[in-house]
Amino acid sequence: MTEKNKIMLEVKNLSISFGGLRAVDEFSISIRKGQLYGLIGPNGAGKTTVFNLLTGVYKPNEGSVVLDGTEVTGKKTIEINHAGIARTFQNIRLFKELTVLDNVKAGLHNQFHYSTIEGILRLPRYFKVERAMDEKAMELLKVFDLDREAEYQAQNLPYGKQRKLEIARALATNPKLLLLDEPAAGMNPNETQELMDTIRFVRDNFDMTILLIEHDMKLVSGICEELTVLNFGRILAQGNTSDVLNNPQVITAYLGE
Amino acid sequence: MVIKMKKSMNKNTKNNFITYGMVIIVFAIVQLLLATGHVSSLMGGLLVPLCTYVILAVSLNLTVGILGELSLGHAGFMCVGAFSSAFFSMVTKNTLPGGLRFFLALLIGAAAAGLFGILIGIPVLRLNGDYLAIVTLAFGEIIKNLVNVFFIGKDENGYHFSMKDAISLDMTVDGETIINGPQGITGTPNDSTFLIGVVLILITLVVVLNLIHSRDGRAIMAIRDNRIAAESIGINITKYKMMAFAISASLAGVAGVLYAHNLSTLTALPKNFGYNMSIMILVFVVLGGIGNIRGSIISAVVLTLLPELLRGLSDYRMLIYAVVLITMMLFNWSPKAIEWRERVLPKNLFGGKTKEV
Repeated sequence: MTEKNKIMLEVKNLSISFGGLRAVDEFSISIRKGQLYGLIGPNGAGKTTVFNLLTGVYKPNEGSVVLDGTEVTGKKTIEINHAGIARTFQNIRLFKELTVLDNVKAGLHNQFHYSTIEGILRLPRYFKVERAMDEKAMELLKVFDLDREAEYQAQNLPYGKQRKLEIARALATNPKLLLLDEPAAGMNPNETQELMDTIRFVRDNFDMTILLIEHDMKLVSGICEELTVLNFGRILAQGNTSDVLNNPQVITAYLGE
Repeated sequence: MVIKMKKSMNKNTKNNFITYGMVIIVFAIVQLLLATGHVSSLMGGLLVPLCTYVILAVSLNLTVGILGELSLGHAGFMCVGAFSSAFFSMVTKNTLPGGLRFFLALLIGAAAAGLFGILIGIPVLRLNGDYLAIVTLAFGEIIKNLVNVFFIGKDENGYHFSMKDAISLDMTVDGETIINGPQGITGTPNDSTFLIGVVLILITLVVVLNLIHSRDGRAIMAIRDNRIAAESIGINITKYKMMAFAISASLAGVAGVLYAHNLSTLTALPKNFGYNMSIMILVFVVLGGIGNIRGSIISAVVLTLLPELLRGLSDYRMLIYAVVLITMMLFNWSPKAIEWRERVLPKNLFGGKTKEV
């Protein structure tokens, strides 16, 4: 298999029930390296539940998740992050009382190391590693045009920038696969346009594979190469973006009969 | 860009040094007053307890403000530190030189309290919610009562232990009771001085402030701000919660060591190691500003000295104390007051942002 067609994420028959409700039923997806993949569907279709299954928040009842050849099914959130999946959240979850810079540096936590003792006694390695972290974090912030706000408390950022900061923090963990949960929610058309450019930039420059949930059809049709449509926890349609969006079943699910 | 980053690093360091400087200046002033005889013996006797309270307030702020968990049994950890170190000092009173003995006592007190912190943390810190408050509340009471039924004595046959009374220790005539149940430990060497207290405050501050501004501190505050997000970026929640709580507990143990070696008789009473004491430490932390280390120091000092300074007003003493509590609370938390403070007072004086020290 060539590098280009390498499968980054392979999900097979993923299912979970909450009591009698089958929230996600036999979800399968295959994402190639470097792909921009969209997951869409009406409210309550189970999109975020899929994300929660992929990142270990919920343990699946059935099915398997393989990331870049490594089985990660049912592992803990931390282990899955170490394996290479990072995510953002539908309802923004920043470290709101930390500075913007520290939010990203928290994301760099597992990339840079010094011991607690070195930190408390401020040994030379503390300064060396912290400086390296600062540089790396500023580099990331610059990509998202947040470098001027580095010293702000995260909660004081405007909404659109908070969304961007979440992406920057996820990228800081050096993932192979990035999951974006409604990145454009609450953004105005200009911000959405800007976000689309940023997502493309991230894919191209960080060599990233991206799976995103989105309701904004302009964004979805604009940047996603392939789509999966969920409805009532089941896959309704899957394939090329334009094909899927013209699928009568999909239109019915979104707009009704 | 690089300049900006340097500035941020220096800002933290500068802020820390202002805090250290404040402590040293106050120490110098008090020494001066002591030397010129301006301190009454009553106030003089309050200096070491004052250091104890400052250490307790700072260490509790690590749990409450930085880790974001509520501990209602901080006096319990202090109690563990006090009794374990006092026991050690009693045993080695005649064999070790004073300085070394006290140093070891400090380590033992810190280690014992830290150990209890870990023991409590292992089950409780895995849970989310207010469980830590409930368990530490119980822990504080249990430790206090447990200490009151401990009898340990020593004679030429070795150590004797009982949980009934001193007679059941069954010692020979020249045996010596070290821990005598409700009567506690009598004759602990008085190793604590104001100087040692201030040095311990500074050590506590270095540990806490440097921890906060390190990789580990960032992880701890990330967990406080959003546990789910912290987990999603690969931060080991339990590890860092345990780290913060154990450090906080062992610093409370250090305060206990300082406290124990300032008294000739150490007893576990509700007054010194009970629920009220834990709440008082929490009051220092809340009024000083949750997460604001410098504020904790100031409020511990003010609220400890105030009742003594107001002694002349006899009946109105506690009334004024209450008014001061309310004023401090308003000054710290009211949005209007914060706005005024930011406009009028120099930025660095009160630590600027509330939660980032």
